[in-house]
Amino acid sequence: MKIALGTVGLDNAFLEQVERESGEDLSRCYQCGNCSGSCPVSFAMEIPVSQVIRFVQLGQEQTVLQANSMWLCVSCLQCQARCPKCLDPSKVMEALRRLSLRQGKRPVALAQVPDGFLERSPQQAVVAGFRKLIA
Amino acid sequence: MTSIPYYPGCTLNTVAKGFDQSARQSLQLLGVELAELAQWNCCGACYPLTPNNVIGLTGPTNVLIQSQKAGGTVSTLCSFCYNTLKRTNLVMKEDVSRRTVVNDFLGTTYEGEAEVLHLLEVIRDRIGFAELKKRVKRDLKKLRVAAYYGCTLLRPKAVAIDGSESPRIFEDFLETIGCGAVEFPNRGECCGAHLAMSNEEVVVRLSGAVVASAQAFGAELIATTCPLCFFNLERSQKHALEETGETATLPVLYFTQLLGLALGIAEEELSLDGNLVDPRPALEAKGIVECVVREA
Repeated sequence: MKIALGTVGLDNAFLEQVERESGEDLSRCYQCGNCSGSCPVSFAMEIPVSQVIRFVQLGQEQTVLQANSMWLCVSCLQCQARCPKCLDPSKVMEALRRLSLRQGKRPVALAQVPDGFLERSPQQAVVAGFRKLIA
Repeated sequence: MTSIPYYPGCTLNTVAKGFDQSARQSLQLLGVELAELAQWNCCGACYPLTPNNVIGLTGPTNVLIQSQKAGGTVSTLCSFCYNTLKRTNLVMKEDVSRRTVVNDFLGTTYEGEAEVLHLLEVIRDRIGFAELKKRVKRDLKKLRVAAYYGCTLLRPKAVAIDGSESPRIFEDFLETIGCGAVEFPNRGECCGAHLAMSNEEVVVRLSGAVVASAQAFGAELIATTCPLCFFNLERSQKHALEETGETATLPVLYFTQLLGLALGIAEEELSLDGNLVDPRPALEAKGIVECVVREA
């Protein structure tokens, strides 16, 4: 993916919003990449978690919110456990999900949930799935 | 008979009844009654990670308040419930501003007094592994069982059931009841969790890696503490069966079903028959349960 950086699209308000929402100080991140390395879902993410944080630092709202990364984050907390700066990337991902959901952007509509899933799956999957992806 | 407050949670009340029943029966045999909370609601399944999502704390706080009324301790079986209740309890104990909002909203004065215990902790700390060993009635023949912790028993560190990097509680439990515990590399890796609802291919890959890792370390069966892990570990194998013709499968059981077997509960009472990957052939091959002829 080609990445162009510049002042175009730079949005400090977005960075502040993500910091307020997540409760995390993103200036702590020095891009060591431990989070992306330990993330079990990196292989499927359009932008790995360390780069998501970088884009947020740079105020690149659209780049971050259009990527599938936040929706694939499973909140397993491997990133949080590995971060040498005690940052919790899982909270940043959750903040991005919530900002998107509030704008009505969600990755799955209820109608797309696989046939029969709601009947046979554990309730916890449905409740967690709704909270992370729909509600 | 002593009694300990018990929070089953939604899933154990519905699709994972075998988990709930095997725990109640087994603990009864160990002299502990799991006393279900008189009133309870869903914990929310996942701890609300963002600090301003205070409303997400009210559900689990309600459960904690009920636990406090019931005696001050609450035991859980489901990993999600354990994690959500324990993390919420930490907030209620330590974060004055969020605690105030939650209490004002609920009209309560709760300050994190309840103690949240996973059933494995109840067995280790309240009953004791030495005592458990004395109660074992059926020889599990060193069945090689992979102790799968998953994410929420181990992370974050502040609520980990044991050392979050090198836990032993699950393996020690399995060895106490006569299994040969298999400590395998992916024991703390994610199964794919709620992505079962949206991205099955990711779940198949993550759960598949857990199964492959357990298999590579010689496991004959995987033990879990979480109905969602159970669901994902089984389904990923079914998927592999359908997609690739891969036939090597590894059955999955809840740790309480193995406990029930060890304590001598009849296998018909332990819901061993509803699995996608039938655990009975593995148990029969070891001579743990009697061989029966059944239709394929």
